[in-house]
Amino acid sequence: MSLKPLLRHVFLLIAALLAGRSTAQHGTPDSTGHPTAVASAEAHVDAHAAAGKFNAGDLIMGHVGDEHGWHLWGHTSLPLPVILYNSERGLSVFSSARFDHGHKTFGGYALHEGHVVAVDAPDGTDAHQAPVNEALTKATVDLSITKNVATMFVISVLLLWVFISVARAYGRREGQAPTGLQNLVEPIILFVRDDVAKSAIGPKHEKYLPYLLTAFFFIFFGNMLGLVPIFPGGANLTGNIAVTLVLALITFVIVTVNGNRHYWHHIFAMPGVPGWVLAILTPVEVLGMFLKPFVLMIRLFANITAGHIIALSFYSLIFVFGETSAGAGYGVAIGSWAFTVFMFMLELLVAFIQAYVFTFLSAMYIGAAVEEPHHH
Amino acid sequence: MPFLASLVNPSIGLIFWMTLTFVTVLFLLAKFAWKPILKGLKDREASIADALGEAKRAREEMAALNARNEDLMRQAREERELLLKEARDIRDREIAAAKDKAKAEAEALLARARTDIQNEKNAALTEMKNQVAELSILVAERILREKLADTKAQQSLVDKVMAEAQLRRS
Repeated sequence: MSLKPLLRHVFLLIAALLAGRSTAQHGTPDSTGHPTAVASAEAHVDAHAAAGKFNAGDLIMGHVGDEHGWHLWGHTSLPLPVILYNSERGLSVFSSARFDHGHKTFGGYALHEGHVVAVDAPDGTDAHQAPVNEALTKATVDLSITKNVATMFVISVLLLWVFISVARAYGRREGQAPTGLQNLVEPIILFVRDDVAKSAIGPKHEKYLPYLLTAFFFIFFGNMLGLVPIFPGGANLTGNIAVTLVLALITFVIVTVNGNRHYWHHIFAMPGVPGWVLAILTPVEVLGMFLKPFVLMIRLFANITAGHIIALSFYSLIFVFGETSAGAGYGVAIGSWAFTVFMFMLELLVAFIQAYVFTFLSAMYIGAAVEEPHHH
Repeated sequence: MPFLASLVNPSIGLIFWMTLTFVTVLFLLAKFAWKPILKGLKDREASIADALGEAKRAREEMAALNARNEDLMRQAREERELLLKEARDIRDREIAAAKDKAKAEAEALLARARTDIQNEKNAALTEMKNQVAELSILVAERILREKLADTKAQQSLVDKVMAEAQLRRS
């Protein structure tokens, strides 16, 4: 593994910190109303002086969470489409650049703490002054292409490109030994097929292989991309609860739809259990039905988010100490850097393990649902 | 902290996009990637299993063939030995026959030679005898002629012979 991405990570973070969280106003916006990508250096030194102390919590949560627009470096971010709908104002689609990093209102909306709120103010008003329309905010559906959605698209394109080209290789080189990309992914595909699907589901595994393979590679690519600090990586996609929720929900739907008589019989009337025990056992089993996917959701979310938080915390330490004295900052930097390298290695492992665990547990639940009754 | 709350609060937008994206990707991958890949893998595994089975069969066939070849070789060797032995016998017999014949012929030749020699010898002896007889007669004639030249000598001889003849008769 090269250290280059890590160094970039350091630079990116330093750049991000220099830019500050921009709680203070920078300079005067240009006449067009569009934000200039790079603000002047003086402007943000002033901003920092005004913002005061470095806030590690806000920094970490900002990086771990989602955002409208994709922060690249300094004051440069890639604008992403904001898509909003409510019955009063209808559908609004505009670039996230219009919000000017949350400083301005546009189309009756503004960004507050990274969330879109409806405001009753004309375009271009200072977002912090604009009165928030709470009722309308609640009624608004935010379907924006956020950083996480964009990452999702990147992953989808990657997945489609990698696996469709690999599939072509199978057609082109039928019956021959794999080469190149095909050689790289084939062991993982075989691993998912043989050690996950076949071992957990048994003879009926083939029907569920497309889902398990897609889930595995989606999570794996998402985890790996989350470790890459530069664009188009860095988003905490697989550590986002909405993403893990959808994945867990799909597993739940597959399990529930494919559950056979044997499966339901075990949930509602465990064979060989006396009636009065069933009164306790059945609610527990029914609860377990929902608990299993819930745990799937939490596990992936917590593992990946924790990894991001730890890495960012070590970096934040540098700046927390740096605020007391520059010497302490440099001193801590060495330790933090070493520890983050270690964490990064660990996260590489976790990226694979969590993809495996999610897929394997999904396969186990599916396996339990489609298992044929044994002779007790 | 509002960020912390947003961390565990799934956003509707993300759920919507995630569902849409994931299901689309799942469908596309299932149709255009997983199906051909899994089929390719299965086919290859089947072909490898086939090839291995075939190799095993070929090996067995080869072994059987080898065994048969060795058998044939052994038979051929035995046959050769037999042929050689026969040839040797025939040769020996021929040589022996030839020797016998030669010996017989030589003996016949010798016998004939011996007979010829005997005949020649006999002829020579006969001739010699004849010549000796002629010579003797010649000599005797000469001697007689010499001895019986006068009548007196002739008379004495006649007397002598007569006496002898008388002696023999009595």
